[in-house]
Amino acid sequence: MNQHTLSVLVENKAGVLARVSSLLARRGFNIHSLAVGPTADEGISRMTIVVDAPELEQVKKQLHKLINVVKITELDRATAVEREISLVRVSTDGQKRSDVLEVATLFDAVAVDVGVSTIMFLVTGSPDKVNDFVELVRPYGIADLVKSGRVALARDQKSRKLRAI
Amino acid sequence: MNTISGAQAVIKALEREGVDIVFGVPGGAILPAYDPLYDSPIRHVLARHEQGAGHMAEGYAWATGKVGVCIVTSGPAATNLVTPLANALMDSIPIVAITGQVATTSVGNDAFQEAYTTGITMNATKHNYFVTNPDDIPDVIHEAFHIAATGRPGPVLVDLPKDILNAHLKWHKPPKLDLPGYKPTVEGHPRRILEAIKLIESAHRPVIYAGGGIIKANASDHLRRFAEQTNAPVVTTLMGLGGFPGTHDLFLGMPGMHGTYAATTAIQKADLLIALGVRFDDRVTGNPDFFAPHASVIHVDVDPAEIGKVRQAEIPIVGDVGRVLEQMLEAWANRPAPDHKEWLDRVKSWRADNPVRFDQNPNGPLKPQFVIEELYRRTGGDAIVVSGVGQHQMWTALHWKFSRPREWINSGGLGTMGFGVPAAIGAKAGAPERTVYLIDGDGSFQMTHQELATASAEGFPIKIALINNGVHGMVRQWQTLFYGSRYSGSELGRDTVNFPMLAEAMGCIGMRVETPGEVGPAIEKSLSINDRPVLIEFVVDPDEMVFPMVPAGGSNDQIILGPEDLE
Ligand SMILES: Cc1ncc(C[n+]2csc(CCOP(=O)(O)OP(=O)(O)O)c2C)c(N)n1
Ligand SMILES: [Mg+2]
Repeated sequence: MNQHTLSVLVENKAGVLARVSSLLARRGFNIHSLAVGPTADEGISRMTIVVDAPELEQVKKQLHKLINVVKITELDRATAVEREISLVRVSTDGQKRSDVLEVATLFDAVAVDVGVSTIMFLVTGSPDKVNDFVELVRPYGIADLVKSGRVALARDQKSRKLRAI
Repeated sequence: MNTISGAQAVIKALEREGVDIVFGVPGGAILPAYDPLYDSPIRHVLARHEQGAGHMAEGYAWATGKVGVCIVTSGPAATNLVTPLANALMDSIPIVAITGQVATTSVGNDAFQEAYTTGITMNATKHNYFVTNPDDIPDVIHEAFHIAATGRPGPVLVDLPKDILNAHLKWHKPPKLDLPGYKPTVEGHPRRILEAIKLIESAHRPVIYAGGGIIKANASDHLRRFAEQTNAPVVTTLMGLGGFPGTHDLFLGMPGMHGTYAATTAIQKADLLIALGVRFDDRVTGNPDFFAPHASVIHVDVDPAEIGKVRQAEIPIVGDVGRVLEQMLEAWANRPAPDHKEWLDRVKSWRADNPVRFDQNPNGPLKPQFVIEELYRRTGGDAIVVSGVGQHQMWTALHWKFSRPREWINSGGLGTMGFGVPAAIGAKAGAPERTVYLIDGDGSFQMTHQELATASAEGFPIKIALINNGVHGMVRQWQTLFYGSRYSGSELGRDTVNFPMLAEAMGCIGMRVETPGEVGPAIEKSLSINDRPVLIEFVVDPDEMVFPMVPAGGSNDQIILGPEDLE
């Protein structure tokens, strides 16, 4: 099934998340990740929703019908910046510690908590980068993992050439 | 500082919206609001069941075009409202429901009569509110009415905890509406209008497919002018009946599962479908892959989510269908009406050759269609007609010639049995000077017939033609056709209930008719009684079926016209 990234501006009010997620649930669409937070305007929040769905045209229109939904944009990698944060606690028993730290360096992952037999890393970047890091440390043993869910924002369409930055 | 209670604010806010009648049932959590209601000029109609209160609000809204209001308590009362809310959402009926709730300090604690009303009704309303600050009451009620009545109309619920009703606030004018996510489009896009006109001009076999949107937008006059200017035949859906004169030369009837041969076939042969305030419901389209296979589509609707949902439109126009028709008429200007003689001759011959028919043997069992045609004749068509859900509903749609909007009130999208009695009461409340005739089925009637007591106690002299076939006729018809006549769970018994006696027990006049000869006089008698509700039980043939019929999911090219078409 295809993954779609929706950026949804909503009024910052009680119950709005329930309305949005309920609409997706009605169609049986799984929410892969969902991140919500206020925008520069206190009264408006942005939800970044990654959904597994064959197509979203009708759902987007239905979302628009929710009184508290202000704007919906479907984003993709080409036209948006997508980022994710993950905290990963990796087992560092015995000789593994230096190997794990080496992988972390390659990914700019920061050790944020160091224990006797585990280290917790903070890794940020594109969803692919975060996934790759997780896959590379998986053989050492992942004790715990959390992801923020994807956040995304459309690129400035007028300065396409600078996109590589 | 002068303050009033939340409860007083609710009633004041309703008065400010111009509400003159509410339908409800009181109870613990809503009691504070019932106290100021006692002094208010707003009339309260005590329903016998909250489902009844909800359907009354719908019937009222439908008959008047205004927002209908119901008011009930928390918990079981709110859950009893779910059906009318879902019905109003499906059929785009503007109602506002006020529900009591347990105090905010108890919410979430499984308090007595607590139900998560806004959660339960989230998907049965256009929008709902859980009020946690008494200062919000004037604004929320104002918003609720605005949302219910504008755009695609629908139900809005306001849930009011008891402590909020008892708290005090300073009464204020509602501020300007601030709904950044709600801005319904009224005007059609001018370029699209011009494209539409071009397409209409070049069409050879146009059909106007008009629905409930025409009624909601009060656009029936525009529709008639538009049809006459463009010389295009008109079909109206179940929800759109009365939006175009049923006796007009361009009218072909209702299309779809139980539509007329002419209406359904005209769509199948059309090269242009002008879809106005419709949603391409499966009861109209049958299998959408075979629906209107040769037609380009112009689709006008105020709800953008309807456009392209079932059928891609060559020309989508989002806007109020009344306003868009005005724009089209302006753009059409003084172009002559196109000459569609060949096409019109064809559709008219389909209509002439395939009328809806039935046989009433003067000595045989009474046929429901005969009853409905007699009703039409004896009322001169001058009545607001309400129905339940089932065969009797389809026969009414097929045999009554609806000629004015808001004279046909039924449950289309949700198909809610039990809609009839309370909706008829609501309609009578909204149009007391009109004859309101409910044509109900015995099954549907028994779902809400306790509201007969409301009708007589509150002085709503509605008239009821109860089509008693003793069965869930529509279900039984499917069992006859598709389940080898195995009548599993569909037989109610024609004489289980003594309906005239039941009516009399509830303060109404009751009559029973069993033969064709008694039909006319009984109807005449019912029309002469205006001081109380009247019920006539028509004991009819349980084997009668609704035709034409396109079986569910079938192609609209294969219409079963009558029993002789069944192998
Ligand atoms: C609340 C509800 N329950 C069940 C149904 C399914 N249903 C559709 S038509 C019908 C039979 C209706 O019987 P009646 O009101 O007697 O009408 P008739 O078809 O006999 O004219 C039933 C059970 C429904 N539409 N609504
Ligand atoms: Mg029946």
